[in-house]
Amino acid sequence: MNPDHKEQELLKGLATGDKKAIETIYKDNYNMVQSLVINNNGSAQEAKDIFQEAMIVLLEKARSGNFELNCLIKTYVYSVSRRIWLKRLQQYNRYTNEVDGMLGTVPVEEDVEDYERRDQEFAMMEKAIGSLGEPCKSLIEAFYIQRRNMQDIANQFGYTNADNAKNQKYKCLMRLKKLFFAQYKNGK
Amino acid sequence: MEDIQLLEAVERYIRGEMKPDERVHFEQLRKTNAEVDQLVVEHTLFIHQMNEVGELRKFISTLNEVHTDLAEKGSINSDKLKGKAKLVYLWKRYKRVATIAATIAGITTITISLLVWSVTPKTEDAVTKLNRKLETQNRKLETQQIHTTNLSKAVNSLTEKVKEIDDKNESPVINYTTGGTGFLIDPKGFLVTNTHVIENARNIAVERPDGKEFRAEVVYIDKARDIAILKITDKKFKSPGAIPYSISKSAVALAAPVFTLGYPGSKVVYGEGYLSSESGYNGDSTSCQVTMTASKGNSGSPILNKNGEVIGVVNGRQSNVNTFVFATHAKYIYSAVEELKKKDTIYHRIKMPSVSTIRTAEREQQVKKIEEFVYIVKVN
Repeated sequence: MNPDHKEQELLKGLATGDKKAIETIYKDNYNMVQSLVINNNGSAQEAKDIFQEAMIVLLEKARSGNFELNCLIKTYVYSVSRRIWLKRLQQYNRYTNEVDGMLGTVPVEEDVEDYERRDQEFAMMEKAIGSLGEPCKSLIEAFYIQRRNMQDIANQFGYTNADNAKNQKYKCLMRLKKLFFAQYKNGK
Repeated sequence: MEDIQLLEAVERYIRGEMKPDERVHFEQLRKTNAEVDQLVVEHTLFIHQMNEVGELRKFISTLNEVHTDLAEKGSINSDKLKGKAKLVYLWKRYKRVATIAATIAGITTITISLLVWSVTPKTEDAVTKLNRKLETQNRKLETQQIHTTNLSKAVNSLTEKVKEIDDKNESPVINYTTGGTGFLIDPKGFLVTNTHVIENARNIAVERPDGKEFRAEVVYIDKARDIAILKITDKKFKSPGAIPYSISKSAVALAAPVFTLGYPGSKVVYGEGYLSSESGYNGDSTSCQVTMTASKGNSGSPILNKNGEVIGVVNGRQSNVNTFVFATHAKYIYSAVEELKKKDTIYHRIKMPSVSTIRTAEREQQVKKIEEFVYIVKVN
């Protein structure tokens, strides 16, 4: 397999949720990002966070299907990590010399900005779900995230029938949407 | 009520579950009714957002799994790894010595325990032990009739027979009779179960969900708290990797939701409930009471909280009410291991999982992970 083809396969695997592919990309790039963060005023835990954020950006890129291989996965992950880490350092007002580059970088500003926007929306929804309280939180997660059917949910949560569960879910949903859209409209 | 039906229709529309004619009808309604249209737009955004959250959560939990795996294997330079990698290295190096020592210690423990049992008077209590009777099979030894017409033939077959018996002695077929559940507290093959499950056992085996069976022996018994620690001695046993759940030292709040996995039959069964009392049967403070349906064979099953932390070990069930389960507090697993460590330095390498790697995972994912570390305990 030539290197380009192998990279394509890895990205395809990542997009379809193949654990082997994720593992390979993780293994090939983690140490690089870790030394980048640690050598620039960061901790091991921060390195892990930054790397995983870069993985999420890469996932989005792979899923969009237009990941033109004008650079290697390694270069891309490095560029994204570097960009996110620089921004983070600025936010924390932490001092650093210009981040050293052991690899060339490619422009990733737009991808990182897209990611930050999505991440913000994601945080809004998580916050809204978090402030729901039980049993609403579990009920909503069971239906909308685990995609389980109402009968199943009724059994687990001890509702006498699917209709009762449906009514309860509706009430919870109304609250969640209110919480979410309040933030969403403010954020926009 | 009408709102609920409308929302249901919108959801079916977004998910593409409508039949063509229904869809046409609904689209017509959307065109003529601005409110409906607004709801569709808003709800589409909402559903999209929920899907994103679901997928991202899944991806992050995969990333964390991969991280732990790779750190354990030494494929990435993670901080945490150094201590563990060293342990694995030392374990490989001293495996032989440790195994021999563990075997001797095990035999000693069983002998002492049996002696103790034989002098301890048995007490009847109202708690029914959750022992499950497996089908008993009697081993039959076939008697072969040998005709003496051909003397050399007879001698030959006798020799074979002797050989066969010798073979059998090397790896005897054991028919196990009663059982419970046990779960790993150290991937090197240490399990926790109930004392009453393995009481008076001559042979013990544990069975993995995939049906593989391993010989095991008792290394520690705390009869008062109904906790026993088993060690898998079978050479076939390979470490299944890092344990996903942790063993919790702290107490759990009343009404906290809990779940369990156990083997009332040959298939693993999931159960859910909540902590209904901080003390156990007759105010026993070493255990707690959980309200959930338990079946026979659940003895020794782990009880976990929503974060995937083991908070107790199922130990019995009140005879007349089968929705109560009593569970020994998980902190006594720590006490048991501490006692065990005092007995022999080879047990110093037992390291219990103190951080749950499935904290944020969905319940299905949690259960799928945990399942691989919960075994059937069989005795003979």
